[in-house]
Amino acid sequence: MRLTALALAYFAAALLALAFLLLPIVAIFAHTTPAHLVDQLSNPVVRDAFIVSLKTSVIAQLLIIVFGTPAAFLLASRRFPGHSFAVTLVELPLVLPPAVAGIGLLAAFGRMGLLGSTFDALGISLPFTQTAVTLAVTYVASPLYIRQAIAAFEATDPNLAAASRTLGASRARTFFRVILPLARGGLIAGLALSFARGLGEFGATIMFAGSLQKVTQTLPLAIYAEFDRNFDATLAMSGVLVLFSIVLLAGLHIGLTWQRSASTRSPSLFGLSSSS
Amino acid sequence: MATLSLHQITVPLRAFQLELSCEVSSTLALVGPSGAGKTTVLRAVAGLVRPTSGCIAVGDDVLFDHRRSVDLPPERRRVGLVFQEYALFPHMTVRQNVEYARKHAADEYLERFRISALASARPGELSGGERQRVALARALAREPEVLLLDEPLSALDAHTKTTVRAELHDLLAGLDIPVLLVTHDFEDAAALADEVSVIVDGSLRQSGTPSELVGRPADSFVASFTGANLLHGVAEPSRNGSTRVHLDDGTVVVTADSATGRVALAVYPWDITLADAPPHDSALNVIHAPIRSIAELGNRVRLSVGPVSAEITAESLARLGLETGQVVYATFKATGTRVVSDHG
Repeated sequence: MRLTALALAYFAAALLALAFLLLPIVAIFAHTTPAHLVDQLSNPVVRDAFIVSLKTSVIAQLLIIVFGTPAAFLLASRRFPGHSFAVTLVELPLVLPPAVAGIGLLAAFGRMGLLGSTFDALGISLPFTQTAVTLAVTYVASPLYIRQAIAAFEATDPNLAAASRTLGASRARTFFRVILPLARGGLIAGLALSFARGLGEFGATIMFAGSLQKVTQTLPLAIYAEFDRNFDATLAMSGVLVLFSIVLLAGLHIGLTWQRSASTRSPSLFGLSSSS
Repeated sequence: MATLSLHQITVPLRAFQLELSCEVSSTLALVGPSGAGKTTVLRAVAGLVRPTSGCIAVGDDVLFDHRRSVDLPPERRRVGLVFQEYALFPHMTVRQNVEYARKHAADEYLERFRISALASARPGELSGGERQRVALARALAREPEVLLLDEPLSALDAHTKTTVRAELHDLLAGLDIPVLLVTHDFEDAAALADEVSVIVDGSLRQSGTPSELVGRPADSFVASFTGANLLHGVAEPSRNGSTRVHLDDGTVVVTADSATGRVALAVYPWDITLADAPPHDSALNVIHAPIRSIAELGNRVRLSVGPVSAEITAESLARLGLETGQVVYATFKATGTRVVSDHG
């Protein structure tokens, strides 16, 4: 009897926890009718924020892939003086409060900032532009991709790369035909995490780029700006972000599953081993 | 056939330095305990490890020459390397693995290695023996001028090993390129290679045909590595020309070799005869002790009696009806023993 009571207690606790996690999501969609939410999508504020978010997120993720992948491969495959310092540095934006990151970006690239005069001379002004949004998103989201990519590259068996070379493949061919396909799952998982973090970016963006509709006002910024004016619009935007999150969550899990099947070593998600 | 030659190559390893010179014209097995630097030799030939000195060549092709600053990258060396765990690409099919080495070569090599039926399987679905055939097909599809095998039989279970060893022997015999293989198992080396080099802590202890190593082990390490019992004791010449060795446990053993002072005496298990009654024959050495253990090795059986282990056929064991704990007479001839220097 006592065992059954204990099992019941576990069950109740689990149910309560899951309900707590799910309730806010359900509430977003349950607050008004779905038709009303869809109507709000044609609201100019919502539409503009959606476009700004999408554009800056996609460009930021492309930057992260193009620069982060080689960086992660280098950090995963080479040991050099200052290696662990470099890895720690990559993690810095992860622990930095976003508002601080925003101030930092402003202090670096702003008119009065460290590189401000250089940029001024070139006729470039970054703060409060869409480029600033992209930079802020890139800054806060990149560690999530790079960390995961390092883990994915480290999990690929170095003998496979060695075998590829002895079979006549150059370093480049080995990277694209062997290492990249094997690390693919981990890279996708990292990209999903990085995309999710970038979409939700708020603090650094509002500091460095402001919240100008059509220019720098992303979905999270628009949610904040609209929420005492048009609550239904904020619900619609939140709904859009929830749908994105679900897609990214699926991407994360597909990536981790691929990574597990491609590698004999256990991949990790920030030290949380995802293997059984 | 071209010769693979390694001339005074040095590779610093963690605890010691690998220093080696050798010539491979048919099949050479490098044997030694784990961590002796055997795999490093293969990696140096393949170009995956850069020696700090020396020179590596196949015939007239210089792959590495420290003095002339020649160091071809792995992809420009025609070296087939079969890794210990085979290193098949898990995201490619068997056919794609072979085609990775050379386009349009898959059909020919899949057929030659009897793996055509597995062409569209992934490495994860294959057995150990099948994986090895794919790895060999892939390595040879590149038409290398030298083949390197890293512990070719260690990833297999005991049951498959015997079959695969025979297959591999036939394959190697039919190749017209030098083959360098490494193994920690002397029996495997003897079965696969014409010549065996024993390497310990990065340096060569002895080279020769398998029967030369067994017949004249250079030291106690080589003797025990080739499977001999090692009996430690103090030798003193006797009047009739033979040598009496007082073993540490008090037993006295006679050997035909001459020696004085501390020695190790090598006796091979297959040179020891077992009997359940005191034998009357020419053998001078008789150990009267209980059987400590009986282990079957295929159709042979290894029994441990007193300080030695003896190897007899399963048939003999059945005939004598020997059991653990039973006291038996283990005999071996004085001429069946070898005095070896004792620094193992």
